[in-house]
Amino acid sequence: MSRSIDISLRVNGEDVRATVPSRLNLVDFLREELSLTGSHVGCEHGVCGACTLTVDGDTVRGCLMLAAQADGKDVITIEGLAENGQSAQLQAAFTKHNALQCGFCTPGMLASAIGYVNAGGIADREAIRQHISGNYCRCTGYQSIVNAICDVIEEKSV
Amino acid sequence: MTGPAHIFDKPNRYIGKPEPRADAARLLQGRGSYVDDQKLPRMVHAAFVRSPHAHAKILSIDTEDARAAKGVIAVYSGEDLAAHVTPYVGTLTHLAGLRSMPQHPLAMEVARWQGEPVVMVVATSRALAEDACELVYVDFDELPAAVDSETALDLEAPVIHPELGNNLAWERDMVAGDIDAAFATPGVHVVEREFRFGRHTGVTLESRGTVCDYDPSENQLTVYYSGQAPHMMQVIFSKHLDLPEENIRVISNDVGGSFGIKIHTYGDEIATAAAAKLLKRPVKFIADRFESFVTDIHARDHIVKAKMGVTEAGTIVGIDFDDLTGIGPFSMYPRTSAIECNQVLNLTGAPYVMENYRAKGRVVFQNKTLMCQYRAVGHPIAMAIADGLLEDAARKIGMDPVALREINLMADDSYPRSSATGMKLDDLSHKRALRKLTELMDYDALRDERTEARKNGIYRGIGFVSMVEVTNPSPMFYGIGGAPIASQDGATVRLDAGGALHVSSSITEQGQGTNAILAQIAAGVFGVDLNRVKVTTGDTATTPYGGGTWASRGAGIGGEAMLQAAQALKDQVLEVAGVMLQTGVETLDIQGGAVTDLNGTIRLPLADLARTVYYRGNELPNDLNPELVATRHYRVTDFPFVFTNGAMAAHVEVDIETGFVKVLHFWAVEDCGRVINPLLVDEQIRGGVVQGIGGALYEECHYSPDGQFLNATMADYMVPMASEMPDITIAHIETPTKTSVLGAKGAGEAGTGGAPAAILNAVNDALSPMGASIWQMPMTPERILTALDQAD
Repeated sequence: MSRSIDISLRVNGEDVRATVPSRLNLVDFLREELSLTGSHVGCEHGVCGACTLTVDGDTVRGCLMLAAQADGKDVITIEGLAENGQSAQLQAAFTKHNALQCGFCTPGMLASAIGYVNAGGIADREAIRQHISGNYCRCTGYQSIVNAICDVIEEKSV
Repeated sequence: MTGPAHIFDKPNRYIGKPEPRADAARLLQGRGSYVDDQKLPRMVHAAFVRSPHAHAKILSIDTEDARAAKGVIAVYSGEDLAAHVTPYVGTLTHLAGLRSMPQHPLAMEVARWQGEPVVMVVATSRALAEDACELVYVDFDELPAAVDSETALDLEAPVIHPELGNNLAWERDMVAGDIDAAFATPGVHVVEREFRFGRHTGVTLESRGTVCDYDPSENQLTVYYSGQAPHMMQVIFSKHLDLPEENIRVISNDVGGSFGIKIHTYGDEIATAAAAKLLKRPVKFIADRFESFVTDIHARDHIVKAKMGVTEAGTIVGIDFDDLTGIGPFSMYPRTSAIECNQVLNLTGAPYVMENYRAKGRVVFQNKTLMCQYRAVGHPIAMAIADGLLEDAARKIGMDPVALREINLMADDSYPRSSATGMKLDDLSHKRALRKLTELMDYDALRDERTEARKNGIYRGIGFVSMVEVTNPSPMFYGIGGAPIASQDGATVRLDAGGALHVSSSITEQGQGTNAILAQIAAGVFGVDLNRVKVTTGDTATTPYGGGTWASRGAGIGGEAMLQAAQALKDQVLEVAGVMLQTGVETLDIQGGAVTDLNGTIRLPLADLARTVYYRGNELPNDLNPELVATRHYRVTDFPFVFTNGAMAAHVEVDIETGFVKVLHFWAVEDCGRVINPLLVDEQIRGGVVQGIGGALYEECHYSPDGQFLNATMADYMVPMASEMPDITIAHIETPTKTSVLGAKGAGEAGTGGAPAAILNAVNDALSPMGASIWQMPMTPERILTALDQAD
C-alpha cells in the first residue's frame, strides 16, 4: 500500500533515524513512533491547530506535513520546550491566568504563542487574537490566553 | 442547614481564592494523558464502515476482501456483534409516553442516519483498518428519508420505525392559568414570533474515543474513557456486554473537552468494547473529525412558535408556545433525547412572575444524527423565547427592556416560590444581578453612544437576558426514571503518614478545574496547605460511587461531599489529638498541617500524629481506634434542582451592507452561590459564553434535503475563533444555596444558556431602526441581509 522512506531528523535536540510509510504525517510519526504524545490531533486537516509544532524555527501544522518531509529538519515539540526563557514564561503565565481548561489545544496554542513572541509581536490584544485564530480552544473564552501572552510580552509575568 | 462560619473565614481557608490549578503545569508541558495517548501491549485498532445514506436498507455485506487485507485481525457486521451485545433503548419512565426502538452498536438491516456505523474492522494499525474498510462492500438500497422535522409528522412522511406507526417520539403539554383569556384582555399587547434554532454540535477538540482492554483470566474489562460519567458507563458495559459490574473498570484520565457530548452511549465505542472481549486484547478506537461530526450528538434543532402578552404598563400576562424538536432516528441511551424539550417547557420565562402559561412540546424522529443533551440543555431555547419576546414587547409598547424586566422579574425577597411551570425556586437574585449588570456596563452611557452612532450610520445594539440555570440535580432528574445514573456523589479524605491528604471523588475533571476545587475544599476545611493534597478522580476502581460531572453538578454536589468528608476527618483527627495532648477537642484546631490551639499555636504536627497512629499505636489507649480516613456522600434533597440565576448583556455592531455581526463586548453577572475559585469559574463562564455566541452566530450542521451532512469538516463548520470573540466581563453575586453547607451552585452552563438570547436581542436592537428583526440562529450574514430585505 505505501512505500517506505528513510528519514533522519532532530527532534527536541536528539538525532532520530526512522523508516516511515510515505503517507505517514509528521504528528502521527511523533506520537506513534516516538511516543511524543504532547502534540495532539484535533482535525487532521490543518484547521484546529492542536498539532502545531516548530520545524526549523517555523510554526507548522504537524498534520499537514508528512514525516518524510521532516527529513533533515529540526523539530521542537511541547516536550522539548526550554525550561527557561520565553516558553517557560508563557507556561507560567498560562497557569497564572488559567489560560487552559482541558489542555488539549494547549501545546499547539503555546507553539503559536511562542511564534508570536519570538517574532517580536507586540502586546496588542487584537493582533494577538488574530495570531492565535488558527488555534481553536473550545473551553476558555480566549481572553485568558490573550492576557497570558500580553503579560509575557510586557514582562509582567510571575 | 447553615455551616460553621469558620470553614470559610479561617486564616488558611482556600475556598473563594483564585488559586491556579495544580495540574495546569502538567498539561502545559505536554504530559497530559488523553485516551489516544494510551498504548497497551498487543493493542489493535478499529475503524468503521459507516452508512453513506440517511436511510437505507442493508441488502448484503461482503467482507471477504477486507478480511484478507494486510494487518486485519477481525471484521464484524451488526449481526456478528448482536450475538454479543444486547440492544439498548433510550426511554425513561418519568418521561411518560417517550418512545424509541432498540439500538445496536452497528446497524442491523436498516441504516438510519448518514454516519451510522455498519461494519467494524480491527487491524494492527488504524491506517490498515481504514484501508480494509475500503474493501468492504455493503449493498444499500436507499430509502426515502424523513429529514425535515417540520414534515416528519406528515402522513406521507417516511416512517423511520414502522413499529411505532409515525415519527412522534414524545409530546407534552403544560398549562397554567388561562392564556387565551389573558391575551384577550383589553389593553394587552401580544407579540408573536417564530424562532428557529439550528442544529449544532459540541466539537470537543479531543474527538470521542476509547481504549478497551479485556483480560479473560479475570473476566475483567478495563475501559479508558474520555467522558463525564464513569460509573454510568460501568453499568452500561456490564448490562449490554454481559459482564459483572464489578469486573468493569472505567478510567477517565485527561478529557479533552466534553460539554455533554461524551456522556452518551455510542455504538462505535460499545463495539470497541465487544471486540476487545471477543479478541481478548486491547482495542483502540479514536473518532476522526468527520466521524465526530456525523456521530457525536447534535444539539438544539428547534422550531418554536411563541407569543407573549404584555399590558400597556409593562406587566407580562403570559407566554404561549409550541416547540418542535428533531432528535434523529433514536432517543439517545440512557439519558434520552426528550430532556431538552422538557427543559424548554419547564424553564421558559422562569425568571418572571407570570400567571398564565401554555406550552406544547413535540419531539420527532428524523434521519439525521442523534440529538441529545449538550451544554445548557434546553436553556438557550427557553431563554431566547422568553427574553426575545420580552424585548420585542418592550419595543412594541415603547418601554426600555431593562425597565420592563424590573417590573416582571421575581423580587429577590420573594423566595422560596415556584415558577409558572411549578419549578421550585430559592436563593435567587434576579433584580440585584440586573442592577449590577447595568452598572458594570454603564448602560446609560452605552445607550447614548448607540444613539449617537446611529446618526453616523453605525448600527449598534444592546441586548440582555435574565436567566435561570438548572444545577445540582437531585434524583428527580434521571434516577427516578430508571436511568443508571447516580445523583449523589462521594468523597474520601485520607491522612497519610507524612501528614498529607489523599482525596478522591466520584466527580470528574474535563478541564473545568474539578480536581483543583476538590483540593481547595479539602485543604481549607481540614487545615493543610494546598500543596499537601493529592486528588484522584475518574476511576471506578478507586473513587467513591457517584454521578460524575454534568448538569453543573460537580462543585455543588461533589464539593459538598468533599467538605463533609474533610470535616469528618478533622473531627476524627482532633479526637486523637485531644487524647495525645490530654486536652479537650474544643480547644484545638488544625491549621497549616498541624494541630494547633485555637489561637494558632502549633501543638502537634499532623505527621507526628499520623506516624503515632500508623507506626506506634501502642502509645494510644486500646479503646482508641482512629481510621484517619473518612468518606461522605451527598445528594440534594427537598429540591429537584438548585437553580442559579444570572443577567447578561451583549453589545454588537451589525454591518448592514454585509450582514456581519461584530460582538463588541459581553458582560455576565452570575449568581452561582458561593464561589470556590473565581479564577476558574470566570474563565469557565467566558468559555460558556463563547459557545453560546457560537450557537447564536456561527455554528450549524447543514443538511441536504436527502439527509447528507454538508459541512462536516472543521473548515466548513465554524466555531468561534479568538479574533472574532469579544472581551467578556464577569461579575458575581453570591447567594449561597441553603441546601448545603458549602452553598455552591453550578456555573458551567450559564454562559451557553444565556448568551444566545442576549446576542439575539442585541442584533434585533441594532436592526430596529430599519424595522427589521431576525429570529433564526445562527444569525448568519445571509440571514441578516434577508431580514433587512424583508423590512424594506
